Amino acid sequence: MGEKVLMKGNEALAEAAIVAGCKHFFGYPITPQTEVAAYMSKRLPKIGGVYLQAESEVASINMVLGASASGVRVMTSTSSPGLSLMSEGISYIAGSDLPALIINVQRGGPGLGGIQPSQADYWQATRSSGHGDFHMLVFAPSTVQEMVDLVSDAFTLGDKYRMPAMILSDGMLGQMMEPVVIPENRNDKPPEKSWAACGHQNKREHNVVNSLYIEPHVLEDLVRERFEKYSEIKRTEQRAEEYMMDDAEIVIVAYGASSRVSRSAIDAARKEGIKVGMIRPITLWPYPDKYIGEAIPKAKVFLVVEMSMGQMIDDVKLAVNGERPVEFYGRTGGVIPTPREIHQKVMELAEGVKQ
Amino acid sequence: MTVTFTKPHALTDIPFHYCPGCTHGIVHRLVAEVIDELGIEGKTVGVASVGCSVFAYNYFNCDMVQAPHGRAPAVATGVKRARPEDVVFTYQGDGDLAAIGMGETVHAAARGENITVIFINNAIYGMTGGQMAPTTLPGQITQTTPYGRDVKLAGYPIRVCELLSSIDGVASAQRVTVDTVKNVNVAKKAIKKAFQYQLEGLGYNIVEVVSTCPTNWGLTPKDAVKWLQDNMLPYYPLGTYRDVKEGIL
Repeated sequence: MGEKVLMKGNEALAEAAIVAGCKHFFGYPITPQTEVAAYMSKRLPKIGGVYLQAESEVASINMVLGASASGVRVMTSTSSPGLSLMSEGISYIAGSDLPALIINVQRGGPGLGGIQPSQADYWQATRSSGHGDFHMLVFAPSTVQEMVDLVSDAFTLGDKYRMPAMILSDGMLGQMMEPVVIPENRNDKPPEKSWAACGHQNKREHNVVNSLYIEPHVLEDLVRERFEKYSEIKRTEQRAEEYMMDDAEIVIVAYGASSRVSRSAIDAARKEGIKVGMIRPITLWPYPDKYIGEAIPKAKVFLVVEMSMGQMIDDVKLAVNGERPVEFYGRTGGVIPTPREIHQKVMELAEGVKQ
Repeated sequence: MTVTFTKPHALTDIPFHYCPGCTHGIVHRLVAEVIDELGIEGKTVGVASVGCSVFAYNYFNCDMVQAPHGRAPAVATGVKRARPEDVVFTYQGDGDLAAIGMGETVHAAARGENITVIFINNAIYGMTGGQMAPTTLPGQITQTTPYGRDVKLAGYPIRVCELLSSIDGVASAQRVTVDTVKNVNVAKKAIKKAFQYQLEGLGYNIVEVVSTCPTNWGLTPKDAVKWLQDNMLPYYPLGTYRDVKEGIL
């Protein structure tokens, strides 16, 4: 590759993972992530990799756990209901300090919900992707190209911090085609994993990959240590894009698919002289609250746009901390907001700002 | 001086936490002896499951991974697919393997995952304090069947070896016990075969060990063995249920 090609988000993501050195994929069919698994099942056997279709998402995430414990770069992909089934395994992966890449191509919920794009798994991704005190890295691409770039980063940072990482995609980004450049072999070699359970070859003590700590103080110390790592990540790994933020009085905060629609609405409003801009979180955990904080002095109002009933808005409110009003516009259940709807909301807020 | 008895190298020096009369200790030792005899400790990865034997990761000297409840076959699949040159075994109890993990067990068997499964069937949940297991016998009193297991209410015990023996991906399925010296020897041979077949790449291997749980059965170690012989063995007949090399299918 290395040249510009037209690819579906799901397929570009899969190819990017292979280029990033991932040769192990375990998954279970679910719409709208199907192309990721289909692409892997075609490509991996030809490059000496492993594609395995599990009997459930419960099994596939635990196969990921086993492969990661043995020291290889590994991933799975699913969509919302499947992610719920994986939450047990994700907690164990986090509790065992294992890296793993998990793709959630979100669809409408709750329950079986629908198969159209949604952003209603934000809380699940950033707050409660399993039991216990833990976080995973969560990345939110908004273009197919960014999907490709973030896959590589997610593997690298997951290895660096020994923790699970998620690409929070959605049915729109997964299914749409855009021109994309998949980099040539990134030569992105995973670091030496001296902790891996891969056979000690009679050369070292046995390694144990484990999440059980029966002594409360031992477990507390370990969790605290993990949270020190999380603090470091919050300091150093926040990412967001700022769009037309130099003089923005109305600050839209949107990620992924809803940020694309918001961008169109901003362009339209700017033509009418409205000082509106956008902070587009690229990392959802760690949440880029620095960017929000820096926008507060010039901002008159924040507008959070999501394809949910309002989940990320909690993080925006935490970052704004009551210093400015935080408004919301959202559609849910698989409905994508139109640029016109968001534009209208911006114009309403502009009236308020004027007064 | 002639050494007549030593601890297998594949066992660490950490003392077992198991109750007096529990057969986990014997089975751990047999697995470790087999690992020693086959000279595979350096390339073996064990998967400990949730239950009394979860601390197996402290007792075996090979690399170990601790799996979520019931998921040991999936975790073992991940290790084995990533490291086909490694020898991978799971060590699972009856609640883990035949209740919460039955899906993972049947599908690992159906895929012919080239792994070895040591299955401890003591007809009860040990670690949580003696609740009904999928292998609890009809009429057996447990913490959650205080009037005895009523099959109309709680269903029937599962005979795992019989169930798995119909699956083409299974290379060997054998039920053994460790109540007598003779049976301990049979059990060791079965465990060795289950590892050898993995080394030969033949598929999924399971050794079901009919075991005791004196603590949760409310019996002395001696009476527990007798209870096993009188009650468990008639319901769970010992023998080879599948062996692709011997033509037992």
